[in-house]
Amino acid sequence: MSAAADTGPATGDAVLSARNIVMSYGGVHALKGVNFDIHRGKVTTLFGENGAGKSTLMKILSGVVTPTSGDIVLDGNLVSFSSSSDARDRGISIIHQELSLAPNLSVRDNIFMGRELRTRTGLDFAEESRQARALMADLEEDIDPMTLVEDLRLGQQQIVEIARALSVDSRILIMDEPTSALSATEVEVLFKVIRDLTSRGVSIVYISHHLEEALQITDYAVVLRDGAITATAEARDIDLEWIVRNMVGENFDLGSPPTGHAFGEVALSIEDVSVVDTSGSGYSVVDHLSLDVRAGEIVCIYGLMGAGRTELLEAVAGRVPMAGGRALLEGEDVSGLSIAQRISRGLVLVPEDRQRDGLVQTMTVGRNLSLASIEAFAKGLFLSRSRERELVEDSIRKVTVKTAGGNAMIGSLSGGNQQKVVIGKMLTTNPKVILLDEPSRGIDVGAKAEVFRLLSERAAQGLAVVFSTSEVNECLSIAHRIVVMRRGRISAEFGANATKEQIMAASGEAVVA
Amino acid sequence: MTDVSQARKQSSPSAAAEGFDLAKLLLEGRAFFALIVIIVVFSILSPYYLSVANFLTMASHVAIFGILAIGMLLVILNGGIDLSVGSTLGLAGVVAGFLMQGVTLTWLGVVLYPPVWVVAVLACMLGAVVGLINGVLIARFKVPAFVATLGVMYMARGLALLMTSGLTYNNLGGKPELGNTGFDALGFNRLFGVPTGVVVLAIIAFIGSIVLNRTAFGRWLYASGGNERAAELSGVPVKTVQISVYVLSGICAAIAGLILSSQLTSAGPTAGTTYELTAIAAVVIGGAALTGGRGNIRGTLLGAFVIGFLSDGLVIIGISSYWQTVFTGAVIVLAVLLNAVQYRRRSKLPSATGGQPTSQKRGKAEPANPAQGKTAR
Repeated sequence: MSAAADTGPATGDAVLSARNIVMSYGGVHALKGVNFDIHRGKVTTLFGENGAGKSTLMKILSGVVTPTSGDIVLDGNLVSFSSSSDARDRGISIIHQELSLAPNLSVRDNIFMGRELRTRTGLDFAEESRQARALMADLEEDIDPMTLVEDLRLGQQQIVEIARALSVDSRILIMDEPTSALSATEVEVLFKVIRDLTSRGVSIVYISHHLEEALQITDYAVVLRDGAITATAEARDIDLEWIVRNMVGENFDLGSPPTGHAFGEVALSIEDVSVVDTSGSGYSVVDHLSLDVRAGEIVCIYGLMGAGRTELLEAVAGRVPMAGGRALLEGEDVSGLSIAQRISRGLVLVPEDRQRDGLVQTMTVGRNLSLASIEAFAKGLFLSRSRERELVEDSIRKVTVKTAGGNAMIGSLSGGNQQKVVIGKMLTTNPKVILLDEPSRGIDVGAKAEVFRLLSERAAQGLAVVFSTSEVNECLSIAHRIVVMRRGRISAEFGANATKEQIMAASGEAVVA
Repeated sequence: MTDVSQARKQSSPSAAAEGFDLAKLLLEGRAFFALIVIIVVFSILSPYYLSVANFLTMASHVAIFGILAIGMLLVILNGGIDLSVGSTLGLAGVVAGFLMQGVTLTWLGVVLYPPVWVVAVLACMLGAVVGLINGVLIARFKVPAFVATLGVMYMARGLALLMTSGLTYNNLGGKPELGNTGFDALGFNRLFGVPTGVVVLAIIAFIGSIVLNRTAFGRWLYASGGNERAAELSGVPVKTVQISVYVLSGICAAIAGLILSSQLTSAGPTAGTTYELTAIAAVVIGGAALTGGRGNIRGTLLGAFVIGFLSDGLVIIGISSYWQTVFTGAVIVLAVLLNAVQYRRRSKLPSATGGQPTSQKRGKAEPANPAQGKTAR
């Protein structure tokens, strides 16, 4: 799959085209000469793994950032956007993955936020309400404009975002992961709205990780990998397998399960664990789930967003309370213990969001690495600097962090190396069981492979590894066993020889496969 | 992968070299330079300013703010704020004054005159209790620090006023026959020519530095102030740390209260009003971030000296107290402004930190060069 970036489809029906877009941050190329067409009145879907450059491309097309080089052609004319509001004035709107609504305001106030209609003395609420009502009628959604956004379901909030985009007469609507938080029925509604919009001549750019779902709605498919377009096709010519192949590349190997060591005793035993949704809906995000992991074994938990992977791992690690069930570490019930006690007994968690939960940005690399094992270099009341330095240097070497040294600020590292610091911090405590929530999130393939190699080395030494992922390729790498989660339960278990289609079918991702 | 690390190694020294400019030096050491400027300017304006006697007098004023500010620094490092320290200072002074008058136990028919060291210990325990109330409200009941300590500030002040009906204890000397003399020693007296308060400040600053830099507690404090969620997941007892900083801040306030009463040889219920704001100002001038995780004792001490030497200097050259207030305020605003500049610069360094993990940032941080693909394969 050498990058055939220069061959796009004919530009005749393209309303907006990106030509040879290059985006560099420092010496790093996020986009390497991308050509991308948005077809008039059609849905164009952009496929790609995390970090492939999808969001960067969308930000360029919606005027949020300016590309390093390359042209943007709108209706056959060369344009450049000075800001996102400039792009919006020309009819290009973007709906971000995280909704940008003010939950404390009404639907009407959100739709007109920042461009309120004025009368001579104040705001023209009557006209705003009338227009908001008309928009909702257009979208065939029965939402009262005076409802507070926080009282709406997520799917309806999405509709409000769309209404806001339409209220400025958008001709091009970019949707970044619009369905990730929606229920199946809400997705149906959204798709109806999308079809309706395209029939009215609105062009849609759609980004989603739910491949099957995206295939249903899209007219054109474009695949982005490592900052370059690897394939484009009309939707009727392609299938799921085509997308997966182009997304991940054909022969990229993330490693294979370590062999040559016998599994030990059961290290971690999860028994009948339930976790209740924290928002207070009373709905079980983890539903009476049981799982045993042996020493030296690597288990991958695969599932879509919202399947309950994060909640399961956080409950086992002590971050969120269990509503029922218990977790045993080498036969000892750890359910009632604090996080610190679980760490000292050998059960550690590498959290999903390393910026929010993994790293202390105000501290150095070394202090982040040593944070979970302070007792190891404490001498009585005081900390031994020399012992800490040894520990840190040892740790940097073992997890191969590329850094100027333990005294470098953590922010000076690349994402992949930051992730290694978070993993290294937990490995430094000499755990018996390590739980990793999406350890590959936001790191490039090279770093991904190194992280997996590190984990399989430690597993061969007897560490029990449980990692979660939403990328099927990663399951089929180092895991001895693949557990698929769906709606809080285990929907299937496979050995290392499972196929992508089996796994995706069990997760509910590829319904027809 | 090797070429990546080389590239980074090459780029970091050059970034550091750019940093060694005058602007950066002035910015990082601003509290120190400000102090020097203050001393030079006032020495020119007044012949009395630059003398050992005056410096010792000013230092004994600084001691009060300095001790409060060190307690405040611990709270601010944790990402909190403690508005109650001024009132706690007043309450501790009044309680000490009350104890010095003798405690009448009516059912035993005796009057107890506790020795000064007992008075001091009890006052410190009182400060600890006030801090504990703050800490428990904030850590356990999730009351925002600003509101919790604001409420406690009013309560402590009210109690101090109630105890004395608004009056002041003037007789703190004690009587030799009762064995409770020596209150002077807490702040009024001098040790080798240095006011006791300054000695106490030095001791507290020393202990504070050791705790922050050399103990697990200090590391926990920086970590939980920098990112509480990450610290908790690393096994840091974040709740205990949070409660502890308020207790320590309360104890510091009580010590400051004892020293101030001793310096003034009287204990009034309104002592220390608005001192909490001066303490916060000292911490901020010292370069600490109100968001937590950044700051140190040295900076805070410098901040306290800047404020103290400035306001005393203004008094010496005879500027009206109204203008003093304006000047002090201007210095604080300037300090916060420079803090903002400093931390913005820091976040502009290569591969900036924080924020949401968008793929844009990822792109910035992740060199996706062909060499990596090869090593991975």
